[in-house]
Amino acid sequence: MDEVQPAKENAAVAFDEAPLLERARKGDDRAFAELVEKYERKIFRLARNITQNETDAEDVLQDAFLKAYEHLPEFQGQSKFYTWIVRIAVNEALMKLRKRKSDRTVSMDENIETGEDAPIVREIAVWDDDPEKRYSREEIREILDEAIAGLKPAFRTVFVLRDVEELSTEETAEALNLSIPAVKSRLLRARLQLREKLTRFFKRKGDDVFAYL
Amino acid sequence: MLTCKDFLNGLSDFLDEAVDPDTRKHLQQHVNECPNCWVVYDTTKRTIQVYKGMEAQTIPQDLHSRLMRALERKMASRGHQQA
Repeated sequence: MDEVQPAKENAAVAFDEAPLLERARKGDDRAFAELVEKYERKIFRLARNITQNETDAEDVLQDAFLKAYEHLPEFQGQSKFYTWIVRIAVNEALMKLRKRKSDRTVSMDENIETGEDAPIVREIAVWDDDPEKRYSREEIREILDEAIAGLKPAFRTVFVLRDVEELSTEETAEALNLSIPAVKSRLLRARLQLREKLTRFFKRKGDDVFAYL
Repeated sequence: MLTCKDFLNGLSDFLDEAVDPDTRKHLQQHVNECPNCWVVYDTTKRTIQVYKGMEAQTIPQDLHSRLMRALERKMASRGHQQA
């Protein structure tokens, strides 16, 4: 069997935001508007992924950037602006989620009931070499969105921060006020659950799904 | 010797390259020898890749306009340079 390779890390924020941020912090509103334009798509996606509601996501987008503008003088710049705005948007999104559904599943507390004690893999099947060729870009997007929507909020939020918005484990822990082991444990469960959901669409044709652990 | 359960528990860190060389060696050995775990490893890795490869879509124009207008109002109240 071939030497396996770890998943490639994408450059989440390839452009250098520092000069723009510096200008914005000195009171240049055009620079701040450029930062908004740079990140609005990612912040809207994040808000939509967490809230699973279009109207809430629109509110989160606006409130997050307005708050960031308001508090920019207090932003010390130890972290990237992107990480900071993500943290603000996550808080806004979680508040929306809590308002909309006052059930316990929305809690981000460490000791919430997460459903299982150990990661579970119920079934496995080999994927097509290039399963994405079977679907249009739009269909793929829908498959991925629906799979995320099917996760519990506590898992969904961690996955979105780590594997969609590409924050580090430490940044995710800080943004969600969770311990690093809690982030890791939820991330593993989220990844395995998504893997299983995607297997239904991407498995090699003709192959049976077989039971595992 | 690692069990499949051990492998599964270490899978995320393995994929993120967040394991020490010794642990990595054991996980690597297990995945090379266990076909089931190899499938789980491969499909989990590809799950992450497919999400990471998905670009954020452009936001609707009217949403962008509303955001910029709200921002301009806020900026005007501060008396800074207009965006």
